[in-house]
Amino acid sequence: MAMPTAVTTRDAVEQRLRAGGGDTAGLLLQGALLLSLLVALGVLLVLIGDILIRAIPVMTERPADFLTSPLSSRPARAGIIQGIVGSMLLMAFVAALSLPVGIGAAVYLEEYARDSALARLIRTNIRNLAGVPSIVYGLLGLALFVSAIGLGKSLIAGGLTLAVLVLPIVVITTSEALRAVPGSIREAAFGVGATRWETIRGHVLPYAAPGILTGTILSLGRAFGETAPLLMVGAIAGTFSGGGLGDMLTGSYTALPTIVFNWSGQPQDEFRSLTAAAIVVLLVVILLVNASAILLRNRYDRKW
Amino acid sequence: MTANTARPPAPLAAADLRIAVGRHRRERLIRGLFLGAAAMSVVISIAIVFSLVGNALYFLINVDKGALLADGWFPRRGLYDIATILAGTLIISGVAMIVATPLGLGAGIYLSEYAGPRTRRFLKPSLEILASIPSVVLGFFALTWISPNIVQPLTGAPLSNMAAAGLAVGILITPLIASISEDAMHAVPAYLREASYGLGARKRTTSLEVVFPAAISGVVAALLLGFSRAIGETMIVSIAAGGTGGSLFELSPFEPGQTMTAAMTALAIGSDSVRGAELTFESLFFVGMLLFLITLGLNLISDAFVRRVRRQY
Repeated sequence: MAMPTAVTTRDAVEQRLRAGGGDTAGLLLQGALLLSLLVALGVLLVLIGDILIRAIPVMTERPADFLTSPLSSRPARAGIIQGIVGSMLLMAFVAALSLPVGIGAAVYLEEYARDSALARLIRTNIRNLAGVPSIVYGLLGLALFVSAIGLGKSLIAGGLTLAVLVLPIVVITTSEALRAVPGSIREAAFGVGATRWETIRGHVLPYAAPGILTGTILSLGRAFGETAPLLMVGAIAGTFSGGGLGDMLTGSYTALPTIVFNWSGQPQDEFRSLTAAAIVVLLVVILLVNASAILLRNRYDRKW
Repeated sequence: MTANTARPPAPLAAADLRIAVGRHRRERLIRGLFLGAAAMSVVISIAIVFSLVGNALYFLINVDKGALLADGWFPRRGLYDIATILAGTLIISGVAMIVATPLGLGAGIYLSEYAGPRTRRFLKPSLEILASIPSVVLGFFALTWISPNIVQPLTGAPLSNMAAAGLAVGILITPLIASISEDAMHAVPAYLREASYGLGARKRTTSLEVVFPAAISGVVAALLLGFSRAIGETMIVSIAAGGTGGSLFELSPFEPGQTMTAAMTALAIGSDSVRGAELTFESLFFVGMLLFLITLGLNLISDAFVRRVRRQY
């Protein structure tokens, strides 16, 4: 069989398989698939660009004033300081409540009760909780924290509601991080006489820490942008009545995303610009949170 | 040699091997704490069901049954037509699925089968950033950009319309569908692809006729989860679909409409309820229970599909 010496076997096989021509339909398909991805990302770019352009009047004329002024019905004076403070306090609540409970639950599921019937029930339950629409958590907060426990439409009720909302996400991400720690680490610790808790505290948790941290940072970011449940538990028109921290926690309040919602219902152009500026602040926080989580994941991504 | 090593070792007693009682007690205490944390999730589920069912039943018992099949959803006038909010929900999530199915699956196939490691490293975080955009932001975008720049020029619809909201919801669920379907196709073992290449199949044949069908359970699960998310999506429809103040029964996506979720926010922030008006508070929980049952059903079916994938490979 005559074969030109310059053509390697690989080239010959490829030529034969292609029957002389390139796979046009295949290239078209690849292009279409890439296009669908680029359309989604293009929308992201258009969104960010559009919001930035709309926010220019506020961001250039009074950036500091906008961040430090209270809410106002007069667009020229309105600011978002109450939303920033409210969101920060809410996040503190979420972190203080859902992180210890969520990480504890994940440790129980992964380290203590690997495959018992109870663990399976709890796991299924948590997966379903993660799929419950956030507005339903708002109803839980309204019925339980606002009405039954009697916290009223206060920041504490809002913080509890958000903490319950992100709990399943914290459990799921922490479980994944714990599962990534190989069993040999645990066996080594047991082998030198460590108890289960000593093994978890001294070995499993430190190795899983970057993964746990990434997951919890992301779930805090999710809680930061949640709006619907806060509307249910009354973070709508509320503004801080002033006073100390105690008044802030038990009085009416507002959060950054609910301000965005409130303002986007105002038809005047000035409010469009204000809304866009508030969205810029919201997005900056959320993008920073996500970027730090992604960096953390890449930095500490460990292959066992 | 020191005197120490010369001394014979003390005999080991059974007591030396027994775990210290204090240490043991601490172990049990900690295990109990962790179990308590895990049990919280069950407590939350029970609390959700109780808080929904009580008020929803009260509503169902006391509402004038004719009001559930009225001419529209106008809680202020005591009209609670369920068909109106169900139709609005289905239209908006239908539009969303029309957008998100090709975009999400296309992105999923590309990421799993075509993208090289370097493009993946850039594209996946970009999709995650899209997924992290809060829905209230997408709602504002739907109302101020999608509607005037895409929907209105094509159809002459009013500024608030269901199509704009549906498009934005579609963008919202695209990353979700992309990432779950990518995981499903990624889990298809390499030998299936190799066998296909070995038979002389091309890349596109392998991707579409071997890998995609093999991952079909996961793909269906992704679409069901996306649909469930679209049904439960609240802020986009509250801002952009124009249902505040009630809505007539409406089937055209180019008109304003009301969804279950938007009806709930309207009730909660008070624009649809007169203070102290009877049953508006309870109707909130009735709609919430409906929403909870629908999304739970979809999630359970999708879960079953996911488990089928896991069993297969």
